[in-house]
Amino acid sequence: MTTVTEQTKPPAAAASGLRLLQETARRGAVFILLAALLVLFSIAQPAFLTIGNLMSILQAVAVVAIIGAGVTVTLAIGGFDLSVGAVAASSVMAASYAMIVLDLGAGATVALVLAFGALVGAFNAFLIVRLKIPDLLATLAVMFLLTGLQLIPTAGRSISAGLVLPDGSKATGKVDAAFLLIGRSSLGGLVPLPVLLMLLAALLLHVLTEHTRTGRLLFAIGGNEVAARLAGANTARLKALAYVLSGTLASLGGIIVAARVGRGDVSSGASLLMDSVAASLIGFAVLGLRRPNVLGTAVGAVFVGVLLNGLTMLNAPYYTQDFVKGAVLVGALALTYGVSRSANA
Amino acid sequence: MALLEAHEIFRRYGSTQALAGASLVLERGEIVALMGANGAGKSTLVKILSGVERADQGTVRLNGREIAPKSPAEAARCGIVTVHQSTDVVGIPGLSVADSLLLNRYVTGKMPYFLSRSAVLRAARRVTAHAGFDLPLDRDFAELGAAERQLVAIARALSDKADVLILDEPTASLSGTECRRLYEILLSLKARGLAILLISHRTADLAAVADRVEVLRGGRNAGAFRRPLDLDAAVETMIGRSLARARPTQRADLGPPVLSLTGARLLPDRPAFDLTVHAGEVVAITGVLGAGKSRLLSALFGIGRLAGGKATLDGAPYRPTGPADAIARGVALAAEDRHRSSLMPRDWPGSSIAATISLPHLRRWYPFDLMMSGRERQEADRAIARLGIKAAGADASVWSLSGGNQQKTVLARWEVVPGRFLLLDEPFQGVDVGARHDIIATIRSHRDRATLIATSDPEEAHEVADRVFVMDQHSLHSIAPRPALAPAPAPAFLLERSAP
Repeated sequence: MTTVTEQTKPPAAAASGLRLLQETARRGAVFILLAALLVLFSIAQPAFLTIGNLMSILQAVAVVAIIGAGVTVTLAIGGFDLSVGAVAASSVMAASYAMIVLDLGAGATVALVLAFGALVGAFNAFLIVRLKIPDLLATLAVMFLLTGLQLIPTAGRSISAGLVLPDGSKATGKVDAAFLLIGRSSLGGLVPLPVLLMLLAALLLHVLTEHTRTGRLLFAIGGNEVAARLAGANTARLKALAYVLSGTLASLGGIIVAARVGRGDVSSGASLLMDSVAASLIGFAVLGLRRPNVLGTAVGAVFVGVLLNGLTMLNAPYYTQDFVKGAVLVGALALTYGVSRSANA
Repeated sequence: MALLEAHEIFRRYGSTQALAGASLVLERGEIVALMGANGAGKSTLVKILSGVERADQGTVRLNGREIAPKSPAEAARCGIVTVHQSTDVVGIPGLSVADSLLLNRYVTGKMPYFLSRSAVLRAARRVTAHAGFDLPLDRDFAELGAAERQLVAIARALSDKADVLILDEPTASLSGTECRRLYEILLSLKARGLAILLISHRTADLAAVADRVEVLRGGRNAGAFRRPLDLDAAVETMIGRSLARARPTQRADLGPPVLSLTGARLLPDRPAFDLTVHAGEVVAITGVLGAGKSRLLSALFGIGRLAGGKATLDGAPYRPTGPADAIARGVALAAEDRHRSSLMPRDWPGSSIAATISLPHLRRWYPFDLMMSGRERQEADRAIARLGIKAAGADASVWSLSGGNQQKTVLARWEVVPGRFLLLDEPFQGVDVGARHDIIATIRSHRDRATLIATSDPEEAHEVADRVFVMDQHSLHSIAPRPALAPAPAPAFLLERSAP
């Protein structure tokens, strides 16, 4: 990845101007790169820059951006939620199970699955806040737990209409058509519902983290937990809030996936954890904030989506995708840590 | 020719001129004490000599040859070794004292690659023999007390063929007997021709071992004293005013008691004590590191509990369940080490001056959660004006401030709301003399609030407080005489372990 910057070597007298230019370049680097990608791809492949294709990019990254927003909140409190991928995957299973086996309607299913996500978040918080298990280990354990748990009710089978249950009987329910609308409908035939949900989630969490006292206190815990506690903050409750939010958003991501595929696939959501964590970390570099931030996470997810979509249109083979994501992540982290360090020294 | 000669050293940190032409000369076989109030530049000078920091300007000569060590290891190779105040990082819990003594040799590869227990013990014994005192080589480093850890650090430092030994607050956490043992060791090292630079607040240390006292103030040499040492004069040079003038005027009109402790114990097996702090009164507790000052303040703020006794606040029973509860009752704590206890990291949300001040008050200032109104900025603007915080504005980062202005910001956090009882733990850490005057003035300006200050520096205690107590081994066991109208109270350092 080459950085597209318009720096020349000016005389030493213009050092402060250069400093300003460098700072602007650093803060806007992700946006400059994003714009450069859009221009490059639309020149190479005219079909790239159409409303339809741009919407399909956003639709593709919506789930990752929503889950990433939750991860971002846990990063803000100085924690980490490794269970989000597993929560999303088991939410896909839970949604299908609720409709096909329990014969629930769309509304009840959504409520049940969101509650499931919140419950997993509360369990994570219990392990981390009460039992004082380090966040990475606690959420890793819960990730394993859920990955296994989602297989048990159906004896390891994917869930679709007419599923044969472990006791030999046949499931009677079917996927509610209203439920499928969550993943398949679009506003005015233009903006897919998942994209709207992504925008809504990003906006709400952005306001929560950046413009409320709750958000200030969440960041205070991540920045200096001792200081937050000495200032009278209820750190246990705030940490629990972060993990519950993260779990709930992950289950929302799972609902969207389930509504799109229309069945409970055992292997769905395999890459969601890595992709959403990557989006959050790329978000550090967006605006040069060097810290978790919800808007950065959304932009990070979109950035990866644009890159993958464009490369696919240019006939890059599918198996290069993870390599591309990895390269973007390395570049973003270098921009966050390496470049800023040397600029501040 | 002097052994070590630092000439006109300058060093600036951001807006703070830490050193402004300080000089220092050390001869072989002498012990020189470096004195100075917090922020006078002592630690910066030591950091430059020991290779942690580099000087902006000025020269350091060792044996007449100019040196500019870039790291502590390079300084040690030149022959300058430093023993820092926190000695818990000298060794590694789980390894023996012998291993801890040889740690630097493991790194440099001066030990054989395959180690046998007896080879390690032999090598360690050579190190202690060279240093001239014994250590329990078989014990686990974690079991050692502060005094023995100090000796491990000194022995290891000496094993590097040192010419200059720098000791930073070596007696801060030692008992009286341990101090005397250290003095003997220092004197024997001096007799061997070592030059020792001692940084200490304790006038007892200086009286016992120092040949000369070099006083720094505002980053410059403010005076030098030879034996026989006139410690009064040295302290006056250090704080820049006469001792008598430095004392605050005693308040005659004390308000009602705000906090009362009766039969209080910090640890179950330590003697109980009583303490009453009145409205409008400033009480200071002084004592060595680890004496229990912070434990008392923490307990009064709801972190941890008293081991016994009763506490009342404004006449009502006071048993805070946590900081939030204490704050709700009007009790505030500005804890020791503001970076760890009060400030958000650089570039992190909440690291502005306004946000630092507002952190405990967010619930009251923003009852509807959304932080749309500029309440915290208005409050911060007022605080900046009232406390004279030198800053670009309320939105400036606390990390752009000097130590003194950072401390003012932390204090401002509790100045913006009316409080009943303010607890300050080491409020003058890394604060320059000018800011210190402002802080003292602010602390003393309240007529309706009681203030309790913990400081390990007795001079500071007397500078700020109406009454001074001494805490030793978790008990408030001696009380400074309260001179009702007497013009000359007992000198501060006599309260501290007096000269042997």
